[in-house]
Amino acid sequence: MRHLLSINDLSAADAIGILDTATELARINDGQVKKLPTLRGRTIVNLFAEDSTRTRISFEAAAKRLSADVINFSAKGSSASKGESLKDTAQTLQAMGADAVVIRHSASGAAQRLADLEWMSGSVINAGDGTHEHPSQALLDAFTIRKHLGKGASDLKGLRIAIVGDVLHSRVARSNVLLLSMLGADVVLVAPPTLLPVGVESWPATISYDFDSVIPTVDAIMMLRVQQERMTDLFFPNSREYSRYFGLNSERMSAMAKHAIVMHPGPMNRGLEIAADVADSARSVIVEQVTNGVNVRMAILYVLLAGGPLEVGSN
Amino acid sequence: MSVALSAQEILEKNHGSSDITVLGIPTRGAHLAARIAAIMSSIEGKEIAHGTLDITLYRDDLRLRPPRTIMPTSIPPIGIQGRDVILIDDVLYSGRTIRAALDALGEVGRPRTVQLAVLVDRGHRQLPIRADFVGKNLPTSEKQSVRVSLTEIDSVDEVVIEGEAN
Amino acid sequence: MSSQRFLLKGGQILGGKAADLLIADGQIAQISASISDKDATVIELKGSIVLPGLVDLHTHLREPGREDSETVASASRAGAKGGFTALSAMANTSPVADTAGVVEQVYRLGQEAGFVDVFPIGAVTQGLHGEQLSEIGAMADSVARVRVFSDDGNCVFDPLVMRRALEYIKKFDGVIAQHAQEPRLTVGSQMNEGIVSSKLGLKGWPAIAEEAIIARDVLLADHVQSRLHICHVTTAGGVEIIRWAKARGIQVTAEVTPHHLLLTDDLASSYDPVFKVNPPLRTSKDVMALREALADGTIDIVATDHAPHTSETKDCEWAEASFGMIGLETALSIVNKTMVESGLLDWTAVADRMSTAPARIGRYSSHGQNLTLGSAAHITVINPSKSWVVDRDLVISKSRNTPFHGYELPGLVTHTFFGGRATMIDSKVIDKVVQ
Repeated sequence: MRHLLSINDLSAADAIGILDTATELARINDGQVKKLPTLRGRTIVNLFAEDSTRTRISFEAAAKRLSADVINFSAKGSSASKGESLKDTAQTLQAMGADAVVIRHSASGAAQRLADLEWMSGSVINAGDGTHEHPSQALLDAFTIRKHLGKGASDLKGLRIAIVGDVLHSRVARSNVLLLSMLGADVVLVAPPTLLPVGVESWPATISYDFDSVIPTVDAIMMLRVQQERMTDLFFPNSREYSRYFGLNSERMSAMAKHAIVMHPGPMNRGLEIAADVADSARSVIVEQVTNGVNVRMAILYVLLAGGPLEVGSN
Repeated sequence: MSVALSAQEILEKNHGSSDITVLGIPTRGAHLAARIAAIMSSIEGKEIAHGTLDITLYRDDLRLRPPRTIMPTSIPPIGIQGRDVILIDDVLYSGRTIRAALDALGEVGRPRTVQLAVLVDRGHRQLPIRADFVGKNLPTSEKQSVRVSLTEIDSVDEVVIEGEAN
Repeated sequence: MSSQRFLLKGGQILGGKAADLLIADGQIAQISASISDKDATVIELKGSIVLPGLVDLHTHLREPGREDSETVASASRAGAKGGFTALSAMANTSPVADTAGVVEQVYRLGQEAGFVDVFPIGAVTQGLHGEQLSEIGAMADSVARVRVFSDDGNCVFDPLVMRRALEYIKKFDGVIAQHAQEPRLTVGSQMNEGIVSSKLGLKGWPAIAEEAIIARDVLLADHVQSRLHICHVTTAGGVEIIRWAKARGIQVTAEVTPHHLLLTDDLASSYDPVFKVNPPLRTSKDVMALREALADGTIDIVATDHAPHTSETKDCEWAEASFGMIGLETALSIVNKTMVESGLLDWTAVADRMSTAPARIGRYSSHGQNLTLGSAAHITVINPSKSWVVDRDLVISKSRNTPFHGYELPGLVTHTFFGGRATMIDSKVIDKVVQ
């Protein structure tokens, strides 16, 4: 496997392999070992054309713990300020000798264009492209779910997970629907009808407009961030009405199954899609998701970069 | 049989088990380490600190093959700081695995000594590494391969040499 | 008109019986079973189909303003390569073709190039803004004699503006060619709205945004009794509305592009913007409905919507890329593949859809004469048994944004005659000899 652009690039076995590798790395990281020599001498470029501190830092920490060199390239490429094209940026990075590029971009498909057009050799890792996918987020979410609810199984069979919020614009939702269902879980999407895409019936998930009826039936609730701008674009009347129907408040939290956990990819709109006391409650694994993110991203880097194809004539 | 003898030798050389931490290198080294620890425990009449040390992430030959599975590393609570670490592996060949194990240990702490016990030493060292305790010396040619089977995973205990001598 | 004489031997006239055809003094002088003429250049066409010169009612020539992607001259040569003898220059140039001055400039550039007749299309509204009518009369009376008016690129979205435009053009025997796209439903849209777009995270362009405008405009055209033409129909729903309208006698005509007869929206999965086009590629259900409609005449013509773009506007991420595909050079082969080989159209019908009917809608009197004796010798020859592989690096157009790169297409256009001048022989474009 050369690139990680989409969950579709992984088989169930590949995904479980990454989760298992992350489990071992977590154990090592929990112990005293903070740095491993495995990717020494390799250069990883973070090409972040869209603002994101947490994902970039997570990938940077993962790379450095494996002793790779990290170059950060931050280009705020909005459609208003065109500046240097993605192609030119990529060819510049290639000249710097990058073994892998972690790309976050506001245009769906940007990671695939980078990989397909071969403006650079090396691996391309999609850290979030527009509203398309965010594979490493889904992997760390699956890792978190498996850790808390997996009962020792390698996959997520028999688990039921709700993803709640702005599914239409969410790359986290798209990657998670693909991955969680691939690992055997039942996924239910909860959102106002305006925030579900036309064509969602073809996804491996069920749909509900009724958050309250779904809550007691699930093992995990993954809240998605809702952007304030969606109100002016007529997706819902105002934040009050959104929170009333789709916000995870303490009342709704008390209706959850005893073992069920609360997740959020961050950053949170406390008070809009999730109440502050829910975010800080014992059920919330939101902070742990961040730690898991570093271990999962180390596993991704390991799987993509540590091995190599058989070189002819080597020892 | 040689496993039991090695356990005796290790205890004698280290004047007992109080400062010993036994670490097996997965996969088969880990099983051998468990056996050795059990034998030592029955001799000494007390628990022996033991665990596993996976060296995959420290290998110098990772890029020669598709990515390898990382095996479990489990250092016992008493740790290795200032202690006598007994590394256990099934076959000693080029010595690179042990070199990686020394690097891995270095990240964990600073043992007083590191000693190496192997079931089979088949020669052809590529690095200045030697075993302190050897179950059997088996001269082989580089064309041959040595396969160790253990009942824990292979349902039989045996050592097989495959291939032509020269 | 050219003075050279050509004797085309043994081609199947309109796909019918094989015959000889003599071109003399720029006209079709004679068609009969066997002609001999010692002054004529003989061209053997056994096994080939002889058609009237193709007429494109929807072409983007980009000049004035975007000559980096195409010029009137380069588009004319590309047209000749595809078998076209007439192109219609859409008005979304820079400056916009909303005055007599710009349309006359484009017309003259076409005449100078000398490969095809370039018929400029005039903008419906000033600057294509959709607010004030442009100088429709001045453009109609100019040397360019504009009859087709379109804001293509933009939709005439305001119903009152569309009504007034439909009424006003009646004085000039004009037709409004509408680009049917309700703007409020397609803000930031990137591809067809459906299952594929939901997975790819690309903003959808719903079919109803086309259907709603078609429905509104056929009712308007009926109310004010004027001529309406729907550009690049892409939806099964749009086809049904047009069929309903025609059954009621409403004066509506419609076009379909070659790419919408073949390609579907799952091609966007590669995120390669060569497949990004407006209106977008849709589903196979739509493709089938469009083919049936072209077969039964609900859709009157094939028009290319040839839209050249420079490579940097396509060599990027999808959202940044321009919309559009070139199409002049592959059009007839695609129609052969999708309509003739499948038995939906015979060559006589192809002549209607790609020559007679577009010439009639645009009022291009010297074109679409269906190879009648004495008419101008605008002729296209295609060899249906020869297939060819599309290579974007070998296109005549200045731009390379063809979605068919690497496709093997059945049927090779071998000869084109424009008013008796051979603009292409043996698939090679012949430049004008400068005296």
